[in-house]
Amino acid sequence: MSESYAVLLVAVPILGSIVPLAGSLWHDRLGWPVAVGVSLAHLALAAGLAVEVFAAGTVVYELGGFEPPFGIVLVVDGISALVALLVGVVSAGVLAYARRAGPRGNSFYSLYLLLLAGLSGMTVTGDAFNLYVFLEITGLAAYALVATGDHGGAAVAALKYLIIGTVGASLYLLGVGYAFVATGTLNMADLAEKLAAVGYTSPLVLASFALVTVGFAVKVALFPLHTWQPDAYAEAPISVSVLISALVSTVAAYALARLVLSVYTVEFFAAVPTARTMLVGAAAISVVAGSVLAVSQTDIQRMLAYSSVSQFGLIVAAVGIANRAALVGAVVHLVGHAVMKGGLFATAGVVERTTGARSVDEYAGLAERAPLAAGCFAVLALAMVGVPPAVGFVGKWYIVVGAVEAQRWAVAAVLVVSTLLTLAYFARLVERMYFTEPAVDVGEPAGGVPTVPDGGRSVSTGMVAVVVAATVLAATLGFAASGIEALLEPTLAALGVI
Amino acid sequence: MTAVVDLLLTRYNYVAVVLLLGIGVYMIGASENLVKKVIGMNVFQTGIFLFFMTSAFVTGGHVPIIKEGVERYVSPLPHVLILTAIVVGVSLTAVALALIVRIYAEYGTLQEDVLREIQTDE
Repeated sequence: MSESYAVLLVAVPILGSIVPLAGSLWHDRLGWPVAVGVSLAHLALAAGLAVEVFAAGTVVYELGGFEPPFGIVLVVDGISALVALLVGVVSAGVLAYARRAGPRGNSFYSLYLLLLAGLSGMTVTGDAFNLYVFLEITGLAAYALVATGDHGGAAVAALKYLIIGTVGASLYLLGVGYAFVATGTLNMADLAEKLAAVGYTSPLVLASFALVTVGFAVKVALFPLHTWQPDAYAEAPISVSVLISALVSTVAAYALARLVLSVYTVEFFAAVPTARTMLVGAAAISVVAGSVLAVSQTDIQRMLAYSSVSQFGLIVAAVGIANRAALVGAVVHLVGHAVMKGGLFATAGVVERTTGARSVDEYAGLAERAPLAAGCFAVLALAMVGVPPAVGFVGKWYIVVGAVEAQRWAVAAVLVVSTLLTLAYFARLVERMYFTEPAVDVGEPAGGVPTVPDGGRSVSTGMVAVVVAATVLAATLGFAASGIEALLEPTLAALGVI
Repeated sequence: MTAVVDLLLTRYNYVAVVLLLGIGVYMIGASENLVKKVIGMNVFQTGIFLFFMTSAFVTGGHVPIIKEGVERYVSPLPHVLILTAIVVGVSLTAVALALIVRIYAEYGTLQEDVLREIQTDE
């Protein structure tokens, strides 16, 4: 019974995504209730799956009854169960936010459910080509969601995202092609065995690893392949920014980790140390470059986008280090970053609606005008910097411990420096919010920034609740880290991680 | 020299794959016209399709329907994969063209450099 949870996790949102569009024939406000129903069902399935996986071990579902390695399998282990649960929780939260914040209309909710299906599929699949299909479903839904912004800039950002994202996904497909030519299989578990048999130093295997990682680096938005991300996050409607900043890159980073650990395995890294060095090196560059770019931004949403480039550098570096502490850190930071970044975007949306502030300078004196939002923003920002005991601290702590254990001192140094760099762009904001007098012209933003009539559009209880919930989670989730470590123990052991 | 001739004579499909991938990436990067960028994206994907098709070729292979007296069958899997990938590519092109229609309606141009100027002026 519980095996079918895995397939329902994907099937329920896909079927659900048809309902709002078809329902438009009769009723044009059907989207939200349908999305809530489907999203809660999805969350229940993800929770059931997590309970099953942590009680009884990995769940495997054979699609259509075809035996692996010939058929497609869905495989849910500890890491994928946690990511599926994260997808369920965050997407349900976004619904509470989007009811008032918009975008309205049935088509938005259809796209939302399609994105949910794509993300769930990427999380549970155990087949390399199936992953490509879900990657593209996620991508298509995300491009269309970005384009739901009500000015032309959203369409330009979405097209840029589409072209760069497609090249990334195509590179991944080419990488899968190389692996397929080398082994004749697409099943991840089977690939792992046959790639080892072909020999890790075979040019085909090396080329496939390079193409797969570069393809996913585009989707995760590592420097210098991140160029689609700031435009997409800044131009999309705020609910969409919350959704994609919290989930799309997160699940892509999970998929990269899954491929590195389950398909190429840690033995590949042992046999080809250059591959590991290049992956970790690229991630470390991304950490520094993302932070530097974030410091130089004036727009809050762009600053948060560049901050993601830096934080995902940390996660990919941890995947490259691939020892136990680093991987626990990667998972904790993956979950923590989703909560914190989604929460920061949600808070930025609330701030924009109540005060019209969009830029770093307009945040001056925010603590007086919007005390709750300013407080939440400050807590989330400090959690992201890594102030103990917040989840941001715990994730980075594990990753640094992993880097030290692996004796990668340069990486450990970059990670520690990254905390200072994160402080550089968040501290100036906190300082402005609390200790700077607002400039005279605040409240009447310059042209281009949408002006807010009548002293602000309304902010619903749901929006505030989401912001507060994210803040509380960011502050307290860190205490769950040792529990997460214990839960991941069997999974990491099965992956051969020392 | 003979190595190059040999490559062109026996591995011309792979040469075509590399050319298609290169031309596709070049069009995406170098062209300022948004429609041409989308065409470039399609050319790039076509290169990948050709790679899969070429790798699936078996000399003297038969259609994978069990028949007496046939020993060599062709694996149908790569063809099915590419059929799926083509469908994905068509959907991507459709979404891209829909976005381009909206951009043209909003800004009245398809040139990326002009678009950038308009956006900075706003």
